[in-house]
Amino acid sequence: MSDMNHTNDNSAEVTTPAGAGTDVVQSDKFTDPGVPAHRPRLTDVDPRSAKRNERIVTFLFALSCLGAIGTIVAYVAVPPEGSTGSVRLSTLLLGAGMAVSLLGIGIAGIHWAKALMVDTEMVQDRHPIRSSDEVRADAVRDLNEGLEDSGVVGRRGLLKGAALSALALFPLTIAVPLIGSVGGDWNISKFKHTIWKKGTRLALDPSGRPIKASDVNIGSAFHVVPETTEEFRQSHEWITEKSKAVVLMVRVRPEDLKSDQSPEGEQWSYDGIVAYSKICTHVGCPVALYEQQTHHLLCPCHQSTFDVADSAKVVFGPANRPLPQLPIAVDDEGYLVAQDDFAEPIGPSFWERLK
Amino acid sequence: MSTAHDTTTTAAAAPAPTTRTGKAADYLDQRTGIGGVVKEFARKVFPDHWSFMLGEMALYSFIALLISGVFLTMFFEPSMALTQFEGEYPATATGQTVSVAYASTLEMSFEVRGGLLMRQVHHWSALIFMASIVVHMMRVFFTGAFRKPRELNWLVGFTLLILGLAAGFSGYSLPDDVLSGNGLRITDGVVKSIPLIGSYMSYMIFGGEFPGEHIIPRLFTVHILLVPALIVALIALHLFLMVLHKHTQFPGGGRTDKNVVGYPALPVYVAKMTGNFFIVFGVLVLMGATMAINNVWNYGPYDPSPVSAGAQPDWYMLFLEGSLRLMPGQGTEWVIFGYTLPLNVLIPAVVVPGILFTFLIVYPFLEARVTGDKREHHVLDRPRNVPVRTALGVAFLSDFILLAAAGSNDLIATHFGMSINEITWVYRILFFLLPVAAFVVTKRLCLGLQRKDRELVLHGHESGRIVRYANGEYVEVHTPLDDQERWMRVNYDAPAPLEIEPKMDARGVKRKGYGADKRWQGLSRFFYEDRVEPVTPAQLAAAHSHGDHDALEAGGQQAAPAAVGSGSTTGTDSQEH
Ligand code: HEM
Ligand code: FES
Repeated sequence: MSDMNHTNDNSAEVTTPAGAGTDVVQSDKFTDPGVPAHRPRLTDVDPRSAKRNERIVTFLFALSCLGAIGTIVAYVAVPPEGSTGSVRLSTLLLGAGMAVSLLGIGIAGIHWAKALMVDTEMVQDRHPIRSSDEVRADAVRDLNEGLEDSGVVGRRGLLKGAALSALALFPLTIAVPLIGSVGGDWNISKFKHTIWKKGTRLALDPSGRPIKASDVNIGSAFHVVPETTEEFRQSHEWITEKSKAVVLMVRVRPEDLKSDQSPEGEQWSYDGIVAYSKICTHVGCPVALYEQQTHHLLCPCHQSTFDVADSAKVVFGPANRPLPQLPIAVDDEGYLVAQDDFAEPIGPSFWERLK
Repeated sequence: MSTAHDTTTTAAAAPAPTTRTGKAADYLDQRTGIGGVVKEFARKVFPDHWSFMLGEMALYSFIALLISGVFLTMFFEPSMALTQFEGEYPATATGQTVSVAYASTLEMSFEVRGGLLMRQVHHWSALIFMASIVVHMMRVFFTGAFRKPRELNWLVGFTLLILGLAAGFSGYSLPDDVLSGNGLRITDGVVKSIPLIGSYMSYMIFGGEFPGEHIIPRLFTVHILLVPALIVALIALHLFLMVLHKHTQFPGGGRTDKNVVGYPALPVYVAKMTGNFFIVFGVLVLMGATMAINNVWNYGPYDPSPVSAGAQPDWYMLFLEGSLRLMPGQGTEWVIFGYTLPLNVLIPAVVVPGILFTFLIVYPFLEARVTGDKREHHVLDRPRNVPVRTALGVAFLSDFILLAAAGSNDLIATHFGMSINEITWVYRILFFLLPVAAFVVTKRLCLGLQRKDRELVLHGHESGRIVRYANGEYVEVHTPLDDQERWMRVNYDAPAPLEIEPKMDARGVKRKGYGADKRWQGLSRFFYEDRVEPVTPAQLAAAHSHGDHDALEAGGQQAAPAAVGSGSTTGTDSQEH
């Protein structure tokens, strides 16, 4: 095999004589020195070393067997008792045995290849990827013959058109029913409404307890949902509705409240209590972090920052619009209620948002 | 063609097999003709290099994903129906109303033996899979392995990268915990930002409004059927093309575009590839056994209200996260005829990855065009020998890494006690400056290394031995390179910018297509204006005849100007870019 080593007659860099140079080298390119000579390894020359390496490989395979058996022993002997710690222990033991069984095979294979298998490099030819001119000519001829054999007598254009139309239309038989149903009722105007209505009480999330204005002390942030029945809150629709309806409510000192979003002649906050949609106007994460001193609300996803004391305007980050405000009031029993739904769609922007 | 007769003669010519294996082989061959395949492949030569392991690593971690994934499908229930969690562990979850998908994830972790192990192996494998794809792609890019005839295989590979992202994303979303739900919510926000069809696409994905009850079963089908089937098919095509083209080889003595130098499939590659598979799988299992990952019970079931700060997406999504974070929101949402165009989302989430992916798709074709090169390439480039390609690659890579870092800017801020706003501003500026700087520095570095190569070839290695000449002069002796090393340093092409036909044709009429040609030439100049030509034998001979004793000065001064732009059309002004 080592003679293959230097069969290198395909070399691209053949020396071409370049004029009548007087020097030793007569080309504008160097000559390929050919594949370097093979350097024997210790295992090639020393049979004892070869023997030793063979033993190492055998040992590694044996170790792998032990690993596999170890996993089975761990499976039987150390069942998880349910607690987090014992699940971890079982995971660790099963995994360690499995890893030994896999790594044993792997390292044995590599060591075998590196230390014992013949490591002289061989040279084989490459051929151009393109087919030869004759083959191409034959291929074209075959295609033409095939087309001729297709046996169309009349106007080819008409047939072609009909065939292509049929092929283009048939996917519709699947696509139309699919697309018709895949988007539910396709009623995208739902983006614009939440379940807040005039008079809906503000309730604590997750307990669902309604909140009295007198319970809201200055500085603390309340995670608020609309009050509903316990039954509704165990349903799936609730999760979808909650995704739009969650509100973050805080009370600031009335003198700190620079502005809110109330239009002329209306009063959307109540005695320093303001309620804003918790859904970030950037791409919709819940805006959850409230900083008491600055009155800033921070969205943990991309750090949009809103100023609660100033109409929830964006002070920093990728969001563009303020969080929509939920107009609130207090009912006869002193509970906080919504005056109405949000005046604009909550959450991230979409094409038809203002339509 | 009397086949019956033929068969008998062949059978008679070869002695009937006597051993068991022989008989089995004979049986198989008579029914499949497999002998031809064995003859073709058993001793086929494949070149060797550590970096060729990267594609293999992607393949093996994919197999690990399949094996652990099949385990998980036995126990996972992709349903968003609500249920009362019955299990005793984890205690915090007992009695909670959770989705069936979430409950089955917990049961799989706490009640199925080896379930947590397999979940963790699966997740680690996904991370390593994506990492090896990306690093493998970098190897292919920086060595020019995408050149003719491998452009199509590059595209197959690119599609695999996108499918890998899809697989990771769809899997991450399945357990229906707070993290995965918020990930989906961000996706929903991004999808809604798409003009015209965004809202409808959101409905299409979620089967109505977010989150609805359909998304997890749908993603499950995507995750365990659609995407893996496509990946398997494309990996098959990828490897078929790889075998058809025969693997590229690094430059070196005796390696040309017309041969393959390496080791035979049997036994060397059979042993090495099997070995590598078990090592990769073994390491993944070790990671799964010892390193907790995505313990969803710590985050809780999906609920639209809470969100955990400091939660990170998987690493391959970080660049998108970072991109979303860096975009300033003010003035970037436009309303046109009453329709809303949220550029603050579209640009970072659609345009930025769009630019990256477009670059990856067109690069091989672009480079071939500006090189004016139609040859097949089977010998790889040393990255320094194609400075502009290497520099472009590093420029894109630097921005990718920057965006990924920006995706963790809150961790950086809390860790180093810095203000998020300041960090964000630094990143915003670096987003534009860093790639330019990376480009310039890398290109310089490559040209410098090439000059160093020239110098070494012309003047040899410093030996550290000083001799004193009769005239009293001291010089350091330089040892000339041996044949192999010299060959490595001179065996490359330094293409010159494209030449184009003159503006006027023979009759003095302005040629059609001149403008386009001119633009391509401009681009070609950008690539190849500055270049360092390999040393020619004549130059080496000249350097020798100067006498070895002035080697030092020559190395410092003469080689450099001779080297830069020694081609015919070259200007020496490298500042213009
Ligand atoms: C699922 C993901 C992938 C798998 C499993 C995979 C697997 C492989 C393997 C095993 C090889 C041969 C060994 C090697 O050169 O490393 C290979 C070669 C190659 N891959 Fe990939 N690959 C993947 C993704 C990609 C990507 C993302 C690209 C680029 C966009 C790419 C482009 C190539 C090219 C051009 C070759 C031929 C390289 C040569 O002959 O030098 N692959 N791939
Ligand atoms: S979702 Fe709030 S900043 Fe992106």
